[in-house]
Amino acid sequence: MTVTTIIFAVMAIFTLGGGLGVVASRNLFHAALYLVLSLFGIAGLFILLEAPFLAAVQVLVYVGAIAVLITITIMVTRRLMGPVESLNRQWPVAAVAAALVMATLGFVLVNQFSGISTAPDVPADGLTLLGAAFVDPAGFLLPFEVASVLLLAALIGAIVVARD
Amino acid sequence: MEDLFIIIYNWLVSLLSGWGVGPVLVDIILGVLGSVLIVAYLLTLALFIIWVERKLVARIQDRIGPNRVGPWGLFQNIADVLKLLTKEIIIPDGADLVPFMLAPMIAVASVFMIWAALPFTRNAVGTNVSIGVLYIVAVSSLSIMAVLMAGWSSNNKYALLGAFRGVAMLVSYEVPMILTLLVPVFLTGSMRVNEIVGAQTIWYVIAMPIAAVIFYIANHAEAGRSPFDMLEAESEIVAGFHIEYSGMAFAMFYLAEFLHAFTISALTATLFFGGWRGPFVEQVPTLGIIYFFIKTFAIYLFNVWARGTLVRLRIDQIMSFCWKFLVPIALILLVLSMLVDKIATGIIPNYLDTTLLGMLPRTGILLLVNLVVGALAFGWIARTGRRERERLESRQIAPVERPAAGQQAK
Repeated sequence: MTVTTIIFAVMAIFTLGGGLGVVASRNLFHAALYLVLSLFGIAGLFILLEAPFLAAVQVLVYVGAIAVLITITIMVTRRLMGPVESLNRQWPVAAVAAALVMATLGFVLVNQFSGISTAPDVPADGLTLLGAAFVDPAGFLLPFEVASVLLLAALIGAIVVARD
Repeated sequence: MEDLFIIIYNWLVSLLSGWGVGPVLVDIILGVLGSVLIVAYLLTLALFIIWVERKLVARIQDRIGPNRVGPWGLFQNIADVLKLLTKEIIIPDGADLVPFMLAPMIAVASVFMIWAALPFTRNAVGTNVSIGVLYIVAVSSLSIMAVLMAGWSSNNKYALLGAFRGVAMLVSYEVPMILTLLVPVFLTGSMRVNEIVGAQTIWYVIAMPIAAVIFYIANHAEAGRSPFDMLEAESEIVAGFHIEYSGMAFAMFYLAEFLHAFTISALTATLFFGGWRGPFVEQVPTLGIIYFFIKTFAIYLFNVWARGTLVRLRIDQIMSFCWKFLVPIALILLVLSMLVDKIATGIIPNYLDTTLLGMLPRTGILLLVNLVVGALAFGWIARTGRRERERLESRQIAPVERPAAGQQAK
């Protein structure tokens, strides 16, 4: 048992425990806080995988922005602050969707990663390679630009909505 | 002469290894020791900077300030800390206990975590991670979560109001802050904080003064100090998000605020004012820590000056200033200077040279871009100010009818 194993176990407990808290807590604000915990765990896992850039972006985007947004949304929505009914009539649909996602993820996990016992080597300057791949026509230039246009459209849409 | 910090480090490593401690454990022990050292140093320093701030603000406001405990009131804060330590932490009815107690800890931790990436000298840096600048932004965004948790879990309207408007401000001012944070990154071509300092043979504030000013203002707002003290605003919402906190829990918010102000000064000093760079620092690297703190304190005094002089703005004024002025200016400046820089790299030979003489053409060209953008910005401000004044002057204000003395208003 190495230090890495211990850290991995702690981070996995954060992630899974946080995830469990999100779906199990009756207070929506607590669910949002558990979500933050879970996202932190994922950031920790990224660091273990030697991807500090992804870890920092995870904290910056998900904890610093999205979790705050979710929390504010919960706070300004009426009748959501106190404990609410956990189940409504849509729960069977949600159950089916959750089962489908789980099946897909499980299939990918078993199909792609079974038989791999050691982590492959990470290139030392992974960040530079990632940046170069984003602007390389043979790499991810097209998806990157499509995502940028999508975000720009969302940005303009938000401004238009705010001005009305 | 070798760096004092390296000598101490090597001595500790050999000492621990001599005791038969494994290399992994030595790393862990020294890491913990370093973190404890930085935190202890900052906590002690906080006592001093709070005294400096109280004294200075008092002088600005024509008061004397703390002057009873110790010479010049130097020990006033020690007395205050003892008082706060012994006070009860009152937990209000209906408070959400875990977030309530967690919030002050996160607030303090988010400030301390920034220091892990700030270099004191060429060699004394917590972790010189490859994503240093991004790490700083990421951990400082945690303080927003602390404010939200404190505001919500206190079960108090004022606290929630303070948290709401505070968070709106903090989230908004993160945008110009990150945009101008990109300036040192693209000038250096690295996100490592120590490399950014190393590349500043000529301080970046000379090449990009407008970016430095915007960065400083945005950070001033992030620290939530006057004129941006939306979080607290004593006269409007009593004490804002920490209204229900008492004793040590309140002290931690207080500490977080003052240390945050000091930390943003250190950050500005590092990214724009050359951090540990100074005369003879190449020969005696240990001098760097002195230069670093001199610069930090100089900027911090400026910060205190602004806090003591400027009045609090309304929330809508703060938001328009950010979104309608700082963000567009920062965006224009960033894109324009990147474009000019890229074109100049192709035209001028040895453009990216980092020696003192070699940096001159680049600094000059970027300074020119900054002056143009700055002139535009000031023209814009002047025009907006003139229009606002004309609008206010043209508006007829009806005199308020007051009930005569002795007569109760119904």
